[in-house]
Amino acid sequence: MTGGHPTRGFVGRPRTHNPGLPPGQYDARDDWPVLSAEVTPELAPDDWTFRVDGLVAEPRTWTWDEARALPGSSYEGDIHCVTTWSKFGVRFGGVSLDVFLDAARPDPAATHVVAYSHTGYTTNLPLADVTGGKAWVAFTYEDAPLPAEHGGPARLLVPHLYFWKSAKWLAGLRLLDHDEPGFWEQNGYHARGNPWEEQRYAGD
Amino acid sequence: MSETFTPPTAFAVPGRIAVSNRAAATWQRAVLTEIRRETPRVSTFRFAVPGWQGHLPGQHLMLRLTAEDGYTAQRHYSLASPPDDSGHIELTLDHVEGGEVSGFLHTVARVGDAVEVRGPLSGFFAWPGDRPALLVGAGSGVVPLMSMLRHHRQRQLAVPLRLFVSARTREDLIYGDQYGDETTPVLTRESERRHLDTDHLAPCFTDGGPGWEAYVCGSNAFAEHASRLLVRLGQPVDRIRIERYG
Repeated sequence: MTGGHPTRGFVGRPRTHNPGLPPGQYDARDDWPVLSAEVTPELAPDDWTFRVDGLVAEPRTWTWDEARALPGSSYEGDIHCVTTWSKFGVRFGGVSLDVFLDAARPDPAATHVVAYSHTGYTTNLPLADVTGGKAWVAFTYEDAPLPAEHGGPARLLVPHLYFWKSAKWLAGLRLLDHDEPGFWEQNGYHARGNPWEEQRYAGD
Repeated sequence: MSETFTPPTAFAVPGRIAVSNRAAATWQRAVLTEIRRETPRVSTFRFAVPGWQGHLPGQHLMLRLTAEDGYTAQRHYSLASPPDDSGHIELTLDHVEGGEVSGFLHTVARVGDAVEVRGPLSGFFAWPGDRPALLVGAGSGVVPLMSMLRHHRQRQLAVPLRLFVSARTREDLIYGDQYGDETTPVLTRESERRHLDTDHLAPCFTDGGPGWEAYVCGSNAFAEHASRLLVRLGQPVDRIRIERYG
């Protein structure tokens, strides 16, 4: 990234060329920090549901067993948190959001979604960022059940955006014809959150 | 369909205050004016930031260091100082082993050096001084809570405020000489050698308590532990705000 004014005596870590590292990020290696702002819910798979509604032809709710029976797919790659850590080469297993959206059949007027959690957490995304193989409902991490503090039993996974967009304890998606700021977005964070353009805060 | 969307769940975590997008987007020069040792591993760094627009207790900022070749490193840090500290801000930082930014500040930086900051950021963990505040922190997690305590004292607020702060030993207790009757230190490796538990917090919930807004700050393990205690004592989950140090 383009730096500011040099600070006397600051050298920084050795420069390793890492084309996978977005500007302003560092490699967290084995760490996977937990940064949720709310109490981690005790949510059993049997109590988990996932709903798609709003501007769709067929609003639908899936139970855990129904969602787990859908054709699965996985993501292997990197994730990037706005607090500046990135994590390389992680593997999540789940179901592509395309599978759920195809079943609910979005109205052509739908442009955005609000993803919401069983805790009440919300985050907004353009519909185009969660379709076309770019987003998942994730159930596993490194082939094990997703831990509760990381959003288990199921979280949204949108790895090409900052990770606050990947709502933990995912409860549903509502399709809208406009952008509706979510929890962090109302608290000053960027509406889209593309790490490669360093869209951390509103105004970036 | 242009209504405002409210999630159909019982646990909605409300936002707190509007954040100035301009302040969040602008890097400002911050000149180090003082370094104060707090504990063997922790120091407070005081900066002059003439254009600082003020903040609410509990907010944080992003601090950026730039090397001669343009390389940058940036981290989020909580503000330790209260809002009424015109043109100055204070950060209290752990010396993280191998920490690129905190390591520089602890071992290389000296008074007169300039860094850059942007903020204040995020309104969720902020406390404007309006509701009774139940503050629970561990280690350097006490830093944003100290901003709240300082604010409470400076403004002589009448609203109740209680602070529970966990540290390993008396020597590791940040701001150890600055606490009053509002604070209960919990030392895990000294005196009673106990972790924060229900009986520490229970007196705050006598007759249901005054309607606390709870703020929990510390490691993820501590935040999980403390937030569960609060829930067990009847604190509503939508009145618990958590900041976990990653």
